[in-house]
Amino acid sequence: MEHHSNLTIEQQKIERERMRAAVLKPLRTSTIWSKLWIFFLVTVIGIGLYAYYIQLSNGLKVTALRDYASWGAYISNFIFFVAISLCGSLISSILRLTNFEWHWPITRIAEIIAVSAIMFAGLIIIVDMGRPDRIYYLFMYYRLQSPIVWDVVVVATYFTVSFLFLYFPLLPSIAMCRDLLTEKPKWQRKMYKILALGWDGNHAQWKIVKRCVNILSILVIPLAVSIHTVTAWLFATTLRPGWDSTNFGPYFVAGAFLAGTGCVILGMAVFRKAYHLEEYITERHFNFMGKLMVFLCLIYTYFNVNEYLVPAYKMKVAESHHLNELFTGNEAWLYWSIQIIGMALPALLLLLKPFRKPIPLTVIAFFVVVGAWLKRYIIVSPIMLNPYLPIQNVPDNWKHYFPTWVEIAIISASLAGVLFIITLFSRFFPIISNWEVLEGKGIDLEELDEKTQK
Amino acid sequence: MNENENSGTSRRNFLKLGLLSGGSVIAGAGITNLVSCDEKKESGKKVKVLTADGKLVEVDSSHVHEGKFEKLANREIREGIEGRKFVMVIDLAKCANARKCIEGCQKMHFKQSPVEWIKVKKMQDAQTTAPYWMPQPCFHCDNPPCTKVCPVDATFKRQDGIVLIDNERCIGCRFCMAACPYNARSFNWGENWGQSVQQSKECHSSAYSPETGSPSVMGTVEKCDFCADMAKKEELPDCVTSCPNGTIFYGDANEDSVTNGEDTFRLSELIKKRAGYRYLEELGTEPRVYYLPPVNRDFAFEEDTEVHNTHE
Repeated sequence: MEHHSNLTIEQQKIERERMRAAVLKPLRTSTIWSKLWIFFLVTVIGIGLYAYYIQLSNGLKVTALRDYASWGAYISNFIFFVAISLCGSLISSILRLTNFEWHWPITRIAEIIAVSAIMFAGLIIIVDMGRPDRIYYLFMYYRLQSPIVWDVVVVATYFTVSFLFLYFPLLPSIAMCRDLLTEKPKWQRKMYKILALGWDGNHAQWKIVKRCVNILSILVIPLAVSIHTVTAWLFATTLRPGWDSTNFGPYFVAGAFLAGTGCVILGMAVFRKAYHLEEYITERHFNFMGKLMVFLCLIYTYFNVNEYLVPAYKMKVAESHHLNELFTGNEAWLYWSIQIIGMALPALLLLLKPFRKPIPLTVIAFFVVVGAWLKRYIIVSPIMLNPYLPIQNVPDNWKHYFPTWVEIAIISASLAGVLFIITLFSRFFPIISNWEVLEGKGIDLEELDEKTQK
Repeated sequence: MNENENSGTSRRNFLKLGLLSGGSVIAGAGITNLVSCDEKKESGKKVKVLTADGKLVEVDSSHVHEGKFEKLANREIREGIEGRKFVMVIDLAKCANARKCIEGCQKMHFKQSPVEWIKVKKMQDAQTTAPYWMPQPCFHCDNPPCTKVCPVDATFKRQDGIVLIDNERCIGCRFCMAACPYNARSFNWGENWGQSVQQSKECHSSAYSPETGSPSVMGTVEKCDFCADMAKKEELPDCVTSCPNGTIFYGDANEDSVTNGEDTFRLSELIKKRAGYRYLEELGTEPRVYYLPPVNRDFAFEEDTEVHNTHE
């Protein structure tokens, strides 16, 4: 780091110890609330697994999907997961490379959200398959011209890079757990020992980790952009009115950054409160995240204008069915709530400082995230239900789409799964990267450890 | 297949070949055969086989693999009939929405309502223009958006113009259904979807072939197959022969002739004389189904008073 701390060695030492105590405290204590929370998540996951069992034995007829709305909430949920996984690269990488020092305490929150979201993106797409037992055909018979194959490649690559991006900066923290959490059961200490990869904080190790993190933070940006662009292409490469749009790639990427930032704000708020990290995740961070959100809302609005208003100006017949449905038809209340509550209003409110305080910002972020999910719902099935040829002579339930309890249970389970992984992670590893935070304060942990012999 | 000694390397080669060629059935069969080579022990039972150069040799029965020929047949199905270009012409002036094409098709493919591989739609381009009935099968496009997006080569375009689906390969991702701008494809949402108990029994009477699409399999996509199996036998599809008004013509563009079973026309002349067109030409999918505009109609347009397919 460019700026060196003007604290004395003694003061730096105190700072280091205080921080260690703060980040390790949540790992040492467990509250009844955290147990209840985990129980709740496990229950939701259990119900989802049961629903999937029903779907596997009866086929996709237990969903509301039919020949016209042949993609639905599972696909929407998949895009949502891919979208929020982009937050990892935005917060940890783009802010890092552009020298915004304030992001250090929230990088790990962003990274674990990214890793668990991308994991469940992969899982939920299998749930949508009619023949999940043939998944290996994708590797045996794959055809490179299919956007699905591109998606498999980028999702797998992005997962790997995101995982490493989480893991490398975590090494000093795992070593800290290994050395200090001596009261933990044997298996847990063994886990720390294995995962720490023999970290003892020597100069060569620090050098490797810092270099790897630098390389990964550059590598992850094009990957993040491609993963969501390719996901947008699953739609944009078809001839369907409404999907047949050259705007879809950047539109999706812009929406993803907004949704991901919303998730990180929620994560910050929850961990700050639950793990008493007020000293490290401060009002200042919420203030900056609020400002970032204004910026991202405005960019997303720009792409929305291009996506909806430009075609609406022309009102080509095929597209007009879908657009009228959104603007004044059956989907209008949903469409306008998402656009106003999930995008326009946040941009306006967050211009005012009081709304960038933790509580109001968290509420706004919640609406942004819910809006982001529903937006992806609107992008999928209403467009499929407005094809070129009129839908005639089909049973009534083929003309509409609303997910069944099986779909809702499975989707809830996948959301709970993401939260479960994040929770579990935060019960075993420090959710704040202390060496990076200290470095942000101008304290080089390597130097300090060396001088004080730990 | 007697490369038992070095099956490790040849398996790798086969895997490589399989990965490179992406969808080659032969490679797929190769992999499974070689895998079974590895697993099988010598049975001790000798069988006589004829080699390619005409010698009679005795080999262990575990070296003989059945099912290879079936896969070769599968390859033929994927390539289609050489020299043919199947085509359909639908005379909209003749369609009176009798819906017999749908019934004929359903019967032949062991399907029932609401699964329709051919549909009849009421079309009206604008409020001020005349309504007409439009039978709509799969268009078997020459630039098919559906086969393009398939990740596993389950749906393919043949040299005779027919687009088919191999339901033994389909993974059920339904990308092809999203990609087809005409919604020509249907999905087997459940076991025996769109089949009566009788039909689901009957359809299992013959071995599966993508040319007939039956027996159908839960979790896979299916659609109008242009009656590839009938075409092979020089017979007309059931939608053509079931129509009481001779609306649908089927034929071969290379022979330049189409017939509805009664009248036979030169395809090029028919299209020229009757101003034939293809639906949504601007999408660039190059359909193999032509429509003749509904002018000088045989029947006045009558609204359908019946509601079809109310139940699944």
